[in-house]
Amino acid sequence: MSSLSQALWVLLLGSLLGFELIGKVPPTLHTPLMSGANAISGITVLASLSLIAQADGNPALLLLGAGSLAFALFNVIGGFVVTDRMLAMFGPKSSGPKSAGRNASSSKPSSAKS
Amino acid sequence: MNPTVVLSYAIDLVAVLLLALGLKGLSKVRSARSANGLAALAMGLAVLGLLMQQQLSLEAWLWIAGGTAIGGLAGWLLAQRVPMTAMPETVALFNGCGGMASLLVAVAVALFQSTTGTLSDTAVLVERLSIVISVFVGAITFSGSIVAMGKLQGWISTPGWTQSPVRHGVNITLAVAALVGAVALPADPAGPVLWLLVAASTVLGIGVTLPIGGADMPVVISLLNSYSGVAAAAAGFVVGSQLLIVAGAMVGAAGLILTQVMCTAMNRSLVSVLFGGALGASAAGHVGGGGDEAGYTRITSCSAEECAMALETAERVVFVPGYGLAVAQAQHTLRELSKLLEANGAEVSYAIHPVAGRMPGHMNVLLAEADVPYEQLIEMDAINPEFPRTDVVIVLGANDVVNPDAKSDPTSPLFGMPVLEVDQARQVFVVKRSLGAGYAGIKNALFELPQTAMVFGDAKAVLAGLVSELRELGVGKKPAAV
Repeated sequence: MSSLSQALWVLLLGSLLGFELIGKVPPTLHTPLMSGANAISGITVLASLSLIAQADGNPALLLLGAGSLAFALFNVIGGFVVTDRMLAMFGPKSSGPKSAGRNASSSKPSSAKS
Repeated sequence: MNPTVVLSYAIDLVAVLLLALGLKGLSKVRSARSANGLAALAMGLAVLGLLMQQQLSLEAWLWIAGGTAIGGLAGWLLAQRVPMTAMPETVALFNGCGGMASLLVAVAVALFQSTTGTLSDTAVLVERLSIVISVFVGAITFSGSIVAMGKLQGWISTPGWTQSPVRHGVNITLAVAALVGAVALPADPAGPVLWLLVAASTVLGIGVTLPIGGADMPVVISLLNSYSGVAAAAAGFVVGSQLLIVAGAMVGAAGLILTQVMCTAMNRSLVSVLFGGALGASAAGHVGGGGDEAGYTRITSCSAEECAMALETAERVVFVPGYGLAVAQAQHTLRELSKLLEANGAEVSYAIHPVAGRMPGHMNVLLAEADVPYEQLIEMDAINPEFPRTDVVIVLGANDVVNPDAKSDPTSPLFGMPVLEVDQARQVFVVKRSLGAGYAGIKNALFELPQTAMVFGDAKAVLAGLVSELRELGVGKKPAAV
């Protein structure tokens, strides 16, 4: 950490940004938004990775790091994929809701990145 | 400066920007899906940026690969397989695991990596305090989310004692124990107080979530989601990652706003959700169930056949889908019925209350899954003026959201909650398993109106009955069902 006050500023501005970003949300999107924000909170993967990187061969640390990495990635990947599945159903209006619905219920929508 | 370092800083900044844009886009229907992809991309970039800064040994890579394979694969498989009706508990599970990750990071640092030094050194103090927050919030998020999931799945019921004042005593005791751990931990991070804090926070998470009724669970999940952001930000302080702090703070704040929005839509205050226990639990017993028929005097019940006859001649039909429909997983049967009615020349739409389904917005997802055209889903404010010219309204497993008392009876606990004004329609059929109270345990004046008839039964069975009755009446035969 470069300096404490810097970190606190980051915290403050990050919170303000969060408050500002979610102003008015249509009820339709409450569930997907919650799920998407939830996936973002899995950003703890970064902490897990730095833990492993700095473990210096300590097996207990490596184990705890890998454990938390697994939990965090479960949250991140599961969260993004499930959000995408939900949003795929709303589909682009132009292509018609029918195809969107089928795409989502049958198999994987393409953006399974992450 | 070393070019790799500069590059990784740049990547971090881009990642933050994309995360913010992603979160912003997720709150608009049109951009939501691409915004989700953007956020996922940001996450990938952030990981890349971090890995670039580190010199990783082969051993470290192996552990990373192991953790990634297990967690990533499990998450991917679950997300692919889980049915849309189970979305609330799935989000709860994912969220709990995020909390667990922060908890593990903090415990690992506390046990093996805490900076040596005295507490008068600010850096040491901040690190220790961050460990405390990360452990406390992470543990509560984890156990609270798991309990929320169990309750939504129906694995855990609401024990009687949790509805009595006893629970406040229990929770205060746990909170005090956690506080003792929190105060003592900074001086001795790897000692037994760490485990006291872990245990007390975990049990406290169970203690505060257990008394909350199923109907309020979405609010709780949203709040816990906000907590997991806080836990991530705290973990950011622990390992010294600014990216983690920003992202965690963003999710924490956004989650709080979303929680507030949901509370408003449900006409509940956050305080009463958290400390009030299950709404009406004392009066109606089991939440959402309860066979208590007392209080209703002028109920008309009718068969699926009579309902089908009314539907056959109706020109304008509105469905009001609710929690009961989601539980019965009847959305596909509903779609089949509405196709028949459309083939018969009726105009069909769906009235969506902001909190319909098991979570705000959940009903939209379920109906979209059943191929219901998006344009037929009409939000409350748009459909309320339409009810007076509607022939038949069919209420499917919804209760409190159609209670006219919320408009007219100031003594009703629901008074002031925005409701769908189905009592304005010419004829109303309420499909319901029994006359048991809704979540709120409140009598519904709609059921006693002269134009209302009750069709008792499971939503799916009733809808299937209506479909076959309509077919027998010859509906949809001439122009083969679309």
